[in-house]
Amino acid sequence: MKRLTLYLLAIAAAVVVALPLLLMLMNSLKSGGEIQHGSFLALPREPGFAAWRQAWAQLSGSFGISLMLAVPTVLLSAGLAALNGFVLCKYRFRGERWVGLLLVLAFFLPIKVYLLPLAITMARLGLDRSLGLLIAIHVIYSLPLALFFRNHFLAFPDELLQAARLDGAGFWRLLWRVVLPLSRPIFVVVLILQFTTIWNEYLFGLVFGPEDARPITAALAQLSAQTETGARAYPLEMAAALLAAAPTLIVYLLAGRHFTRGLVAGAVKG
Amino acid sequence: MNERRTALACLIPLLLIGAVFFYGFLLWTGWLSLTRSNLLPSNDFVGLKQYERLLLDPRWQAALWNLLRFSFAFVLLPLAIGLGLALLLDQRLRGEGLLRWVWLHPMALSMVVTGSAWRWLMDPEQGIAEGVRSLGWTGFRWDWLAQEEMAVYALVVAAVWQISGFVMALFLAGLRGIDESMLQAARLDGAAGWKLLRRVILPQLGPSLFSALLVLLPAAIKTFDLVVVLTEGGPGQASELPAFYMFQMAFERSRLGLGAASSMVLVMMVLSIALPYAIVRSRRRVTA
Repeated sequence: MKRLTLYLLAIAAAVVVALPLLLMLMNSLKSGGEIQHGSFLALPREPGFAAWRQAWAQLSGSFGISLMLAVPTVLLSAGLAALNGFVLCKYRFRGERWVGLLLVLAFFLPIKVYLLPLAITMARLGLDRSLGLLIAIHVIYSLPLALFFRNHFLAFPDELLQAARLDGAGFWRLLWRVVLPLSRPIFVVVLILQFTTIWNEYLFGLVFGPEDARPITAALAQLSAQTETGARAYPLEMAAALLAAAPTLIVYLLAGRHFTRGLVAGAVKG
Repeated sequence: MNERRTALACLIPLLLIGAVFFYGFLLWTGWLSLTRSNLLPSNDFVGLKQYERLLLDPRWQAALWNLLRFSFAFVLLPLAIGLGLALLLDQRLRGEGLLRWVWLHPMALSMVVTGSAWRWLMDPEQGIAEGVRSLGWTGFRWDWLAQEEMAVYALVVAAVWQISGFVMALFLAGLRGIDESMLQAARLDGAAGWKLLRRVILPQLGPSLFSALLVLLPAAIKTFDLVVVLTEGGPGQASELPAFYMFQMAFERSRLGLGAASSMVLVMMVLSIALPYAIVRSRRRVTA
């Protein structure tokens, strides 16, 4: 009896949490007329992909931009983070405590505080908004990711490094041959976490992304804002939102465990 | 020591970029907040004038008050829901993986997606409210998005939906870390149910609670995307939060100095939470 109550509670909670996306999916299959007149909870009478086709027509460009933004940013920032994290963890130098402290603080600082100086610098240097610029800005402000690797490498056995040194390995060979092959788990966590962060990022994309080719979050926000309450094109908007959510949801579906572990590790240690 | 030299040389870009783009730009924003900058950046030093203007601006005061109301609910609700779900999942339920997946999936979504979803779900005419009416409760109303006093709580609903699963994961990690033999000993002493929970389990969850607060409080202070998409600060300016105000002033209204002053206040709020933690952490690292 007690077990049954527990299961009912758990399932009820799962239904409540899952309902928003399920309702979005269901209603994205309706036609515009049906959503105006029919009920929100009714199943679509003639399910169709009209809204999805329209959403794809409007957002496919931004979808591509977001991919072209996220993939290089994620690879570059994860590589840099591994390099910096390794050095910060395994080499002593003067002022390392300060560097660690400032890096942890940088992890918390709101990126909004850099917006004005960035915009002013761009204007003075005559730089235009572009994808390359946006990637560079994202890579720069992802530097605190090094903390994930630094924490991970604390548990890395120094004996392995010593053994390789005795074999005559220099810094790069240590990194390539000894450290990186043993860091696959943390790489998976950081790649997933960073892909989610960059794909979902809105503010930098809005301000520094090219105006004719915005990342998908900015494009979705714009599409949302265009339609007024009451007379809103909800099937289109829901299809567009699901489209924008699809890549990170798929990553979460395939690698949910790593995703959770990354988030928890980031929160506990970051 | 060629290896060491190469290693430390690798840190130079990090240190330079950190010095310029993080702390240099932070100081630059700090300097802008002390100048007459309006439409264009200027170097006319005006002391704390911008902060005075900021503090006297009713719109900023309202944004601070909204942040207080928002944070209160945005911190307490996920803590309660997250703890409840974690305790539930810790009862060795079947299908734990699936349940956990469902509870956590909103975390994979952006605030922009979350905001557009809930703007529709909370639409007084077409969303959940209409669904409930169609089930027979014809007088049902849910119009927080249209009400000045309640719009902030509409933000809370969407944000809590997004983050509670994550808080659950933090508490679950804490629960799984409790020493099984300690639980056994407490059970032998006759502790069970509520008493076991209060006396033995909850005191062990301190670190999880701490982590959750360290995530939730800065997240509350930084909340921006959700406001843009879900309420646009409205109705009127009823649901503006400080980060939204900052963006409005700096980028929409071209009042750079005021925007800079408000972002420095945001920084100070975040630092008041993060600084003690960062200092303790960097001490611990040296002894480790």
